[in-house]
Amino acid sequence: EIQQIVRETFHLVLKRDDNICNFLEGGSLIGGSDYKLIYRHYATLYFVFCVDSSESELGILDLIQVFVETLDKCFENVCELDLIFHMDKVHYILQEVVMGGMVLETNMNEIVAQIEAQNRLEKSEGGLSAAPARAVSAVKNINLPEIPRNINIGDLNIKVPNLSQFV
Amino acid sequence: MPAVSKGDGMRGLAVFISDIRNCKSKEAEIKRINKELANIRSKFKGDKALDGYSKKKYVCKLLFIFLLGHDIDFGHMEAVNLLSSNRYTEKQIGYLFISVLVNSNSELIRLINNAIKNDLASRNPTFMGLALHCIANVGSREMAEAFAGEVPKILVAGDTMDSVKQSAALCLLRLYRTSPDLVPMGDWTSRVVHLLNDQHLGVVTAATSLITTLAQKNPEEFKTSVSLAVSRLSRIVTSASTDLQDYTYYFVPAPWLSVKLLRLLQCYPPPDPAVRGRLTECLETILNKAQEPPKSKKVQHSNAKNAVLFEAISLIIHHDSEPNLLVRACNQLGQFLQHRETNLRYLALESMCTLASSEFSHEAVKTHIDTVINALKTERDVSVRQRAVDLLYAMCDRSNAQQIVAEMLSYLETADYSIREEIVLKVAILAEKYAVDYAWYVDTILNLIRIAGDYVSEEVWYRVIQIVINRDDVQGYAAKTVFEALQAPACHENLVKVGGYILGEFGNLIAGDPRSSPLVQFNLLHSKFHLCSVPTRALLLSTYIKFVNLFPEVKTTIQDVLRSDSQLKNADVELQQRAVEYLRLSTVASTDILATVLEEMPPFPERESSILAKLKKKKGPSTVTDLEDTKRERSVDVNGGPEPVPASTSAASTPSPSADLLGLGAAPAAPAGPPPSSGGGLLVDVFSDSASAVAPLAPGSEDNFARFVCKNNGVLFENQLLQIGLKSEFRQNLGRMFIFYGNKTSTQFLNFTPALICPDDLQSHLNLQTKPVDPTVDGGAQVQQVVNIECVSDFTEAPVLNIQFRYGGTFQNVSVQLPITLNKFFQPTEMSSQDFFQRWKQLSNPQQEVQNIFKAKHPMDTEITKAKIIGFGSALLEEVDPNPANFVGAGIIHTKTTQIGCLLRLEPNLQAQMYRLTLRTSKETVSQRLCELLSQQF
Repeated sequence: EIQQIVRETFHLVLKRDDNICNFLEGGSLIGGSDYKLIYRHYATLYFVFCVDSSESELGILDLIQVFVETLDKCFENVCELDLIFHMDKVHYILQEVVMGGMVLETNMNEIVAQIEAQNRLEKSEGGLSAAPARAVSAVKNINLPEIPRNINIGDLNIKVPNLSQFV
Repeated sequence: MPAVSKGDGMRGLAVFISDIRNCKSKEAEIKRINKELANIRSKFKGDKALDGYSKKKYVCKLLFIFLLGHDIDFGHMEAVNLLSSNRYTEKQIGYLFISVLVNSNSELIRLINNAIKNDLASRNPTFMGLALHCIANVGSREMAEAFAGEVPKILVAGDTMDSVKQSAALCLLRLYRTSPDLVPMGDWTSRVVHLLNDQHLGVVTAATSLITTLAQKNPEEFKTSVSLAVSRLSRIVTSASTDLQDYTYYFVPAPWLSVKLLRLLQCYPPPDPAVRGRLTECLETILNKAQEPPKSKKVQHSNAKNAVLFEAISLIIHHDSEPNLLVRACNQLGQFLQHRETNLRYLALESMCTLASSEFSHEAVKTHIDTVINALKTERDVSVRQRAVDLLYAMCDRSNAQQIVAEMLSYLETADYSIREEIVLKVAILAEKYAVDYAWYVDTILNLIRIAGDYVSEEVWYRVIQIVINRDDVQGYAAKTVFEALQAPACHENLVKVGGYILGEFGNLIAGDPRSSPLVQFNLLHSKFHLCSVPTRALLLSTYIKFVNLFPEVKTTIQDVLRSDSQLKNADVELQQRAVEYLRLSTVASTDILATVLEEMPPFPERESSILAKLKKKKGPSTVTDLEDTKRERSVDVNGGPEPVPASTSAASTPSPSADLLGLGAAPAAPAGPPPSSGGGLLVDVFSDSASAVAPLAPGSEDNFARFVCKNNGVLFENQLLQIGLKSEFRQNLGRMFIFYGNKTSTQFLNFTPALICPDDLQSHLNLQTKPVDPTVDGGAQVQQVVNIECVSDFTEAPVLNIQFRYGGTFQNVSVQLPITLNKFFQPTEMSSQDFFQRWKQLSNPQQEVQNIFKAKHPMDTEITKAKIIGFGSALLEEVDPNPANFVGAGIIHTKTTQIGCLLRLEPNLQAQMYRLTLRTSKETVSQRLCELLSQQF
């Protein structure tokens, strides 16, 4: 069911030009006229939030910007592959911004600080798991040329399950 | 340094992900996934206890598989085990898994709740944060039951860290949204309000979200938040952009918090004068800033700035008390309407929609009509066009209705399929609401059916029929117009339905014209018959039997059609049954019986427009209701109109075929009425069964009274509780009236006592006899009362029907005038021109003549006028008056003591829209009264 929503949302958003508005009334797909899809398009990625009328539309557009800038800071020049291979991390970052569907923190420095704190904890625990670092970056390089279109879907998959709770 | 070090992931996971990515086909991917699932399953089931790292890795893989869109039905237990790990990373992935793959297994939930409880009590802020996140993400009722008491304590505890406070506030908000009943209000509420003063802006933002939601339900409890919010807002708005450091976003100070605070203030009316002054300053500053040159070219800067601006405008609209601010807001939005950013145009249209309903700014909004119409024509984005339609709808009033309806109609021809139905509903509502001229209304609706027939829902065409039936002045025009519209070689089935129904009722009004003679009308309708669906055919059959009554000359033609095999042996049981019954009815029944059974439909009770109800359903209640409340000025007479006719589905089960005709028979979804007790009772039963809708105030009983002067049947009175229907017949000086009292509620009426009251001097003129009715009226039931009437001598006043009953604990008292009028005892008299003028001259005594010159209240339509004179009771004499435009009538009023001859003459003056009515009778009081009664009708 979630997959269905993701897929339809993706198709709705994909066919929209860049110069039309970023708000979309999803209707029955996302639970009625009180809900809107608000999205931003970055290169090959779409970030889609589903929000109810208690949120400011422009505010959410900015929130997406904050989220993306945060990802960029955390991953250093974020790209799709970071999001795919580190979907757990993406979730942690998202959780610092949005919690149970509600905006938690909008101050980027604060968010980054939280993530760094998590990281330090992880480091202190993770003597064992440091090894595979090289392997991952190798895989990443191999795959780079063929960034397929369905990466978008992959990305949306990561985001929407959490955000559909944006009630 | 990047905050996420890419290296310390899990190797097995990375390999698995790249495997998946290398899969060439969907099948290969599924194969790889199944292999992995099998592997994980065996690992989980294996004897060897897995270490934390492996568990974490496998859980993470399951999560990835789930996010790819595959079902995961195991692993929950392993994830729950991770929750109790002391290692942060393991705990973290466990919580993530639980949050994403919520499972309602109760045993599992008990374990999860246990783990959460431990973490909340741990005093470790990181663990507390994870636990709070999980509660908020799952947000289930079970979670609320377990933690709704605990979270508020954490929120207001003095030693809680800021980040935990933030999470606790939102967590509580989430629980309150899912299960408000489980979140206890208490001491903590006042302390939460003071979080608005917190140093940490993140905490303030989260607290504001929480308070906003709580305040909507418990405004008293959080009243003190208003002044705190205003001062906080004021500090932000007036701060230099660097003051708030991290919370300044692209040169805009704390935009999110500003938005939240402005939202919170929208839960309350304008504050006390002192606070209000400060708030007004804030709002003015925000409006001023909008005019300043941007501090950055980046879109983020303007987004953030405008987010605050739009929210400020919402607050101004919400307060709706400062005309100055409202007009400024409107001007600002006007600028945005032309902005090159689509997002801003969209939002401006949306905000303006609410602005249109304020009396202070309604006029200002209307000045933008051309821009909005232009948006409708040129915007490339359907969402924006949709907003433009909404705004046009909201800004519509009597002054611009014709323009707006015309624009919407022309847009409809090219409109996106997704919004056509809604536009159709809107056009239908506006056309009805602002119709000054009902001919325009009928034209508009027929156009609507022509342009977008498929999107015209049943409500719309039911409605046009209801209005035509309730408005005598438009019936002739409607008949003529549908007749013409039906000439088109291809017309929409909905048009056939409307046409069939209207001609069946009012075809007689145009039958005088040889181009639309009865036979022509019939042939026209029947030429469409075979192209129509079963419900429409059923409706047409009803039209035919009505024709048999209206036009005896086509009776045999219609009987032939009914008799044909394609009807009598039709495979559809409904059609076959109608054909059989109608054929039989037309053969057996005398003209009198036919005329009674097939009588013109009585007016529909005034109710909320069913179209409006439908639009509300489509758009959610809030949007439409606001509009309605503020635009109450409009004609209550049309606006609070009737519900659709519920069709009685089968003629077989009803004792009288008239029931079948009342129902359109074309509305399969309509609810079946309660089993009728008698043919007569049914008339009203049919109306009362959809009474679940809350009826608006019943129209003044005087209006209704006037309607009954020329008619005998219909609904006399209706409010939320009670409906009174009438059916009456008169012969010479005697009459009988059936009064139907319908209990519209589901509760019993007790001590139900209707009483007939004749004012003193009326008693000697009019003799009324009735029996008391049962003092208990069950919910949804109807009782009937018969009144026998004798007219002793001529009279002026009308008897009053007073009804008293107890409903719930309260005493109800309703009084209405009973439409027993002198003209009911008319007997028509046919006479030649010569006779007429001879008698006219005999009655030349000045006391015998009464004349009234008055302005036409309804469009002057010859056919309708004729129908009314006949309904009044006198004979309509053709070719008597030398001026063919004039109407003359003659009849005798029967009373027990005497008979009074009456002559009348009605001279319309089309140019002046005036009438002159002259009555001559042998008795002054009779002339006087008849003239009064008839004058009200035109």
